[in-house]
Amino acid sequence: MSTTESPQGSGPPSGERTNAPDWATVQASPEFQRLRSRLRTFVFPLTGAFLAWYLLYVLLASYAPSFMAIKLFGNINVGLVFGLLQFVSTFAITTWYVRFADKKFDPAATAIREQIEGDGK
Amino acid sequence: MILAQTTGVEGSSPILNISIFAAFVVITLTIVITVSKKATSGAKDFYTAGGGFTGPQNGIAISGDYLSAASFLGIAGAIALYGYDGFLYSIGFLVAWLVALLLVAELLRNTGRYTMGDVLAFRMRQRPVRAAAATSTLAVSFFYLLAQMAGAGGLVALLLDIKSKTGQSIVIAIVGALMIAYVLIGGMRGTTWVQIIKAVLLIAGAGIMTVWVLTLFGFSLSAVMGGAVERAGATGEKLLSPGAQYGKSGLTKLDFVSLGLALVLGTAGLPHILMRFYTVPTAKEARRSVVWAIWLIGLFYLFTLVLGYGAGALVGPDAIKKAPGAANSAAPLLAYELGGTVLLGLIAAVAFATILAVVAGLTITASASFAHDIYINVIKRGQVQDEQHTEVKIARRTAVVIGLVAIAGGILANGQNIAFLVALAFAVAASANLPTILYSLFWKRFNTQGALWSIYGGLGITLILIIFSPVVSGKPVDAATGKSPSMLQGVDFHWFPLDNPGLISIPLSFLLGYLGTVLSKERADEGKYAEMEVRSLTGAGVEKAVDH
Repeated sequence: MSTTESPQGSGPPSGERTNAPDWATVQASPEFQRLRSRLRTFVFPLTGAFLAWYLLYVLLASYAPSFMAIKLFGNINVGLVFGLLQFVSTFAITTWYVRFADKKFDPAATAIREQIEGDGK
Repeated sequence: MILAQTTGVEGSSPILNISIFAAFVVITLTIVITVSKKATSGAKDFYTAGGGFTGPQNGIAISGDYLSAASFLGIAGAIALYGYDGFLYSIGFLVAWLVALLLVAELLRNTGRYTMGDVLAFRMRQRPVRAAAATSTLAVSFFYLLAQMAGAGGLVALLLDIKSKTGQSIVIAIVGALMIAYVLIGGMRGTTWVQIIKAVLLIAGAGIMTVWVLTLFGFSLSAVMGGAVERAGATGEKLLSPGAQYGKSGLTKLDFVSLGLALVLGTAGLPHILMRFYTVPTAKEARRSVVWAIWLIGLFYLFTLVLGYGAGALVGPDAIKKAPGAANSAAPLLAYELGGTVLLGLIAAVAFATILAVVAGLTITASASFAHDIYINVIKRGQVQDEQHTEVKIARRTAVVIGLVAIAGGILANGQNIAFLVALAFAVAASANLPTILYSLFWKRFNTQGALWSIYGGLGITLILIIFSPVVSGKPVDAATGKSPSMLQGVDFHWFPLDNPGLISIPLSFLLGYLGTVLSKERADEGKYAEMEVRSLTGAGVEKAVDH
């Protein structure tokens, strides 16, 4: 299952760097499988969570207006705080994802890409 | 308030407004011409500026593409008049970007080149899927474009004091001609710079007004809201909590949930937004684009919250309702209240720039989709001599045709109640495009029939539900205006109870994509899926940017 040699096979010997890599082999490699599951186990649950959190907000705004109208301080009520928390959660998820992608995803993805393209640094 | 009826927004100086807007046009055209000198003649440059923009540049351009006049004037006005319910819109528009960030932007950047069709047709039979992707792209772009162009007419009446239909038609034609000019001269490179300049002006303008309003209220949001409540009188308290607009009955509540779903799932399926991801060189830059866009768009919607309540407090709902353009005049009136004629002129020019930048982005997306997907790949089956040259030539011609259609449509629709077209564009994007994109990227078995069912099914269901909904016919006549809020007067053929079809059309489209796939004997192309998956995650095989 080595992915280090993209098949340079039978084509013209030199100058042809763009020979099609063996995608199926790369896809089946454990490195790639790990990369894929790392991404999916991060983004799928997170997507489910923020959609649920947003739907909760929409349903509360639609069906529980009196709860949303409870005043906390001054004219600031539960609804406004809930709404602003949607902004906060969006900014927080964005920052969290970028950290994950920069630290955990990009290095592994780059390594596989360099193997495929055969021009490691 | 008869005065306001005859002179546009009170305090508005049409000559000053036109001068500032003309200055914007001159400056942007100069920039567009300058940057177009760097351009090469190929399709890659025309469609995506060679993928040479940086993430931050593209992020600013995305916010310029996304923040339409509807979100600036419309949301601020809705908050001024309906309070909290106006705020609900902006949250859906913002949260939606997480779908783009987590699931779509980077993978799309890595697998496609120019259009949404590139990704959807990647591992399918090319011609039918590209035709479907282009149909949906053209439909969404057309609805969005029509809404913007017709809105331009109303805005003119409001800000430039042009009340005759002929005068407004001329201005719509000028907006259309400028849009064609930007696209023909500058391609995606020029369009992007127009969007960047507009985004900076819009966000800076809104930011200055926000700080100004907050200064007047001792930097307390609570005090701004209190001011709006006091000004609104007996019903003022309603401004603070949800329900003023959507809480009337069980149906309107369900309608709001339906709208919320389309807003949050539609953004990541809007073709003109998707195309922006191709203007950066790598997936990492696409990610940075979305991050910049999320911060800018979020910040902007926080500004509109203050501006909306600020307009309620400083201008007052009565004055807003009586002004030409009603809710849409809240932000311009607030600008006048704060900074007099000059600030009003600046904000008016920014509103025009907003329309111009959005329509230019839509036009280049639609023309790219027609030239690249339909002409080259469906009609010519990819067999064209001198493909680059031909493709750009077709795209330019398409842009002119789309511009002319948009002008004609905008003039015909001027004064019609077609605000629902933006919601319709989001509903189609969420129903026809998003399920197909997600299945393509993540579901191995997904095949051509599944893609066709989810695109055409989503598009068809959404259109049918809208046509037979109360937005087109059958809303009861409003006693105050003597007119029905529906688009058509005096007829009633509606049977679908909701204004927004998303609640039904989005789940059905996902289901159709699934059924189309499992009921087909066609086996998914595993080799192509392997290639798509590896490329989408690693960025292998992506063409390098031509320019930095």
